[in-house]
Amino acid sequence: MSENQKKPNREFRNLSLRNITVDYKLPLPGKVSILHRVSGALLFLALPIVLVPLFAASVGSPESFANLGSGFGGFLLKLILLVLIWGFMHHLCAGIRYLTLDFGRGLDKADAQKSAKLVLIVSLVLTVIFAIKMFGVL
Amino acid sequence: MEHRYEQYGHKRLAVGSGYGTMDFIAQRTTAIILAVYSILFLLAVIFTKIDYDSWTNLFTFTWFGGFPTGKISTTLAFLALAYHAWVGVRDIWMDYVTCATLRLSLQVLTVMWLVSSVVYFASVLWSL
Repeated sequence: MSENQKKPNREFRNLSLRNITVDYKLPLPGKVSILHRVSGALLFLALPIVLVPLFAASVGSPESFANLGSGFGGFLLKLILLVLIWGFMHHLCAGIRYLTLDFGRGLDKADAQKSAKLVLIVSLVLTVIFAIKMFGVL
Repeated sequence: MEHRYEQYGHKRLAVGSGYGTMDFIAQRTTAIILAVYSILFLLAVIFTKIDYDSWTNLFTFTWFGGFPTGKISTTLAFLALAYHAWVGVRDIWMDYVTCATLRLSLQVLTVMWLVSSVVYFASVLWSL
């Protein structure tokens, strides 16, 4: 490039949903990042319409506690809770990873790849463990 | 060139953050509170035989013969959750919604959604 040729300004844009899902092959840390956002949004949406009503029913009375897991409603509930438990576990694990990154730990590419993989695996394992615990109670 | 002298009245800049550092810190602070509460809660759940009484006790246990440690810590955690969710969801609107009217409307709805959750949750918890 010649000296007097002006460099074009770089254009900065947010990633669109299409970019994330179709155009780019995201590296593992990128996948953890978008799943962190998706799981957070999911938990936010579920909060007043699923999670708090569910909490109310679970602590309301021994009868409402016992009724949670019964019938078709109980099956549906378990399915929804399975997704939300995963969302919670992923958000928690990825969140702990981001806190360590904020403190300047694990910033190398190799370390970041490793910790991203760890987050995905550990959150799935925790989901299975707590789903089994939940299915035992409900 | 910024025309700051034009930013008054209806021309005032009403979008964007402008308080980014404060919310950056708040998001991390609340994250730490939530992580600590969540890990203790998950440990309690996994090592407890869960039935109605033990489950309710996770939120209502007391110390020193009456101090409502369970209710107060749970309430504080829920408030941290609401603030944490506010920062995160606001970030989502700021990233993807560029129309100022729509963005501001979504932000107002987000606050209402979260405040409703806090009030609803607190009323259930403190009536136990």
